[in-house]
Amino acid sequence: MYWGIALFLGVVTAVEVAVPYIEALDPVRVPLLIVLAIIKFGTVVAFFMHLRYDKKLYRTLFLFGVIGVIPLFVVVLLTMHAF
Amino acid sequence: MTSPAVETHEHHDIRPIRKAAMWVFLGSECMFFGSMIATFLLYRNNTADGPGAEIFDIPFTSASSFVLLMSSLTMVLAHNAFEKRDARGTRIWLLATALLGTTFLAGQIYEFTEFVHKGLTLSTSSFGSSFYMLTGFHGAHVAIGVLMLLAMFYLSLDGRLYEDRGLNVELVGLYWHFVDIVWIVIFTVVYLLQV
Amino acid sequence: MVLDSSKDLAPAEPTGIWSWITTVDHKRIGLLYGVTALIAFFVAGLEALLLRLQLTTANGTVLSADAYNQLFTMHGLTMLLVVVMPVGAAFMNYFIPLHIGARDVAFPRANAFSYWLFLFSTIMLLSSFVLGGAPDGGWFGYAPLSTQLDEFVRMDYYAIGAQLLGIASIMASANFIATVFTMRAPGMNLMRIPVFTWMAVVVSFLLIFSLPIFGVGLFQMFFDRNFGTQFFGGGGDPLLWQHLFWLFGHPEVYVLILPAMGIVSEVIPVFSRKPLFGYPFVVFSGIAIGFMGFGVWAHHMYTAGLGPVAEAGFGVATMMIAVPTGVKIFNWIGTMWGGKVRFELPMMFAIGFVSLFVIGGLSGVLHSVVPSDYQQHDSYFVVAHFHYVLFGGGVFGYVAGAYYWFPKWTGRFLDQRLGQWHFWLMLLGFNLTFAPMHILGLNGMARRTYRYPEGLGWEFWNQVATVGSFIIGISFLIFAWNLIKSRKHGVAAGSDPWDGRTLEWSIPSPPPVHNFDEIPHVEHVDDFWHRKYATDEEGRAVRMPDVTGGTIAPETTTGGESEGGGHEDDMHMPSPSYYPIVAAFGIIITGYGFVYLPGGWVAVGVGALVTLWGFFGWSLEPVTRDEHHD
Repeated sequence: MYWGIALFLGVVTAVEVAVPYIEALDPVRVPLLIVLAIIKFGTVVAFFMHLRYDKKLYRTLFLFGVIGVIPLFVVVLLTMHAF
Repeated sequence: MTSPAVETHEHHDIRPIRKAAMWVFLGSECMFFGSMIATFLLYRNNTADGPGAEIFDIPFTSASSFVLLMSSLTMVLAHNAFEKRDARGTRIWLLATALLGTTFLAGQIYEFTEFVHKGLTLSTSSFGSSFYMLTGFHGAHVAIGVLMLLAMFYLSLDGRLYEDRGLNVELVGLYWHFVDIVWIVIFTVVYLLQV
Repeated sequence: MVLDSSKDLAPAEPTGIWSWITTVDHKRIGLLYGVTALIAFFVAGLEALLLRLQLTTANGTVLSADAYNQLFTMHGLTMLLVVVMPVGAAFMNYFIPLHIGARDVAFPRANAFSYWLFLFSTIMLLSSFVLGGAPDGGWFGYAPLSTQLDEFVRMDYYAIGAQLLGIASIMASANFIATVFTMRAPGMNLMRIPVFTWMAVVVSFLLIFSLPIFGVGLFQMFFDRNFGTQFFGGGGDPLLWQHLFWLFGHPEVYVLILPAMGIVSEVIPVFSRKPLFGYPFVVFSGIAIGFMGFGVWAHHMYTAGLGPVAEAGFGVATMMIAVPTGVKIFNWIGTMWGGKVRFELPMMFAIGFVSLFVIGGLSGVLHSVVPSDYQQHDSYFVVAHFHYVLFGGGVFGYVAGAYYWFPKWTGRFLDQRLGQWHFWLMLLGFNLTFAPMHILGLNGMARRTYRYPEGLGWEFWNQVATVGSFIIGISFLIFAWNLIKSRKHGVAAGSDPWDGRTLEWSIPSPPPVHNFDEIPHVEHVDDFWHRKYATDEEGRAVRMPDVTGGTIAPETTTGGESEGGGHEDDMHMPSPSYYPIVAAFGIIITGYGFVYLPGGWVAVGVGALVTLWGFFGWSLEPVTRDEHHD
């Protein structure tokens, strides 16, 4: 199973690297790359780190950090006019 | 078998406790890297007329990203072998992971050297400062991970891997995968989105 | 007899200096935290008295501007990071395991490491006074003031010292979270945990998620100062530091106050002989404060010009966070209402906490209104506000905890008469010192300036404040004398002197090394109370006959059978270890090296090697060594 997941991750990475070179994808480049990164992130966490099968407590503890950090810094960057 | 001394706290198998603490720590690390990624995003265009994202060598970084990604595979195989009490498998995959990690680090050193030659240093611009800080702290995490992997490898040589200790293959594994997923984010946000 | 045989087999309490250096016992570490923090409190208090002396008259001449800057910076830093936080950690260390019915925290050696790193960082920060100058950029360390290089090491001490204190706190917090979530006694579900321990969990989460952000900011400050990076200067934006700092700094405020709220939530029910009114509300409002505490940081930055949308948003969020805080106030009042209130010393301090915290909380709500805050920003009104919250709130709460739990630590009461003097002098001195600052602030007196001209009408209230501050000083000298005297000569207290409600009162005072002879089986909130009292038809508490003096016969403790592996021969306490102190020592050598770059690289290298030795020895040594098995 682990080999299959690794293969999947490798393919996604290949797609990621290809995206900037395909001009047709330019309008959706940013969201597409973010989605691909989230897929890879989630796959490693769920399967390699066994979070999918492990205690719910671990998931809660980790998700506080992963989910929490995003709104905080979106607000920081917005108030600093970074976008 | 797990020695009875594991029952330091009766009723409590120590392993889930350690894992809970490791997950909390990783949650904390998300904030750490999140702050640095936000700093990079803030300064991504502050290049002070020095080099910017155009000096990134995407094919090279893709290759080293792939190396780190595959080290997650070897790590999970090491953990798997560890759980199955396959000492030889554990040893081999631990060493493979450490080697892949070292390869990644070597790639990063090469990359930094190249960038410095192209005129991007820590003090060139806010862009340079935040780029080197983010990737540098990530590299430091990889280096610490390699040290821990080598310690595990050393313990596995004479079968001491299964005694109750502060550090074990599972925890090192969680740490290692975390370092990998941070790089997944960095690769996308710092490299792919900026070129 | 189960009780006696288990006592024979239980590990004996070791003695001597070496046993304290290598200790991994959460109770001893808790006491070490407490004593260290108290000493630091006197240092930081002394700094405050010097500041007050300088401000007594217009154009004060006691301190130079430079000395004043160092002293007010160190007063803030020390009080927040080295006094109030560690006092909280002292109570948490001592009582989390006792509250949840555990033998120790999850990682005893990591716990020891946290303490030693905290102690060494404290020494390092204080040593800066004689080693090139103390930090002088304010505890908030705003850039570009903090990144200017007119001085060589001062703000490096800040950057490194605060960083190391942060690492110690992160480890301690991960430890507490793991302890509470995985090591509770059978039956102790989440809604039966004492409120103090709940607040400790919230605080741990706040620290775990806010300190790394501060850590990044400190690294950036350090790099800007030493490696020529441009995070806050050059092409960088000093506003970034403010964000990173207050993303930590505001949750930090709740880190300081929540444990005190927890203590008060323990004290008030015991001395009102009633259960805490609305236990779930108190718990959930604590959690709500934790979450919302992350969403209000920018109210410290209104005058930085964030724009109307951000300011309005943060203003509303700040007003909202007053709601769960208010809920708690009403719960405490509701607990006292109709109760049989005993005005013992812990209760007096707890009531002092509630009253003064309300004043501080209300002036806080004033600050949430943006135009009003524009007026008050950087004035003494703000100083008055946060001292009412942190001193009137925090310190009163922690002192209440000290009077409440001193019998548990030592088996003796603190002296009543001295305690009364302490309370009334502290109450008087506190209000004399900080109430006038409201007036001074509204009259325009600015914070952080070392002198003010004549003729502005500020002299009188400044003199009052100075007199008040010395009264506070006297009250704490009385407290210190009381602690020293009562430790050996106080009135003997027994194991349950206050007719307590929580598990720590079910074991002897001071508690044995292994805490509980039998791990208790918990069936209620305030479980110990329910073992002592049944309820008659009219709902009154009736004492059950088989319980004497708070010591429970083992049959009642576990209903005659032990859960899981609670057998006496399993009682392996973790072995003492010197690796934690080695690792902490190595880190401090590294820290000093970083302060004195570039020459310090040598110390950085040496320190790193010592640290590695400590960590590897630690992670590779077995938790319980064989020779310690009985």
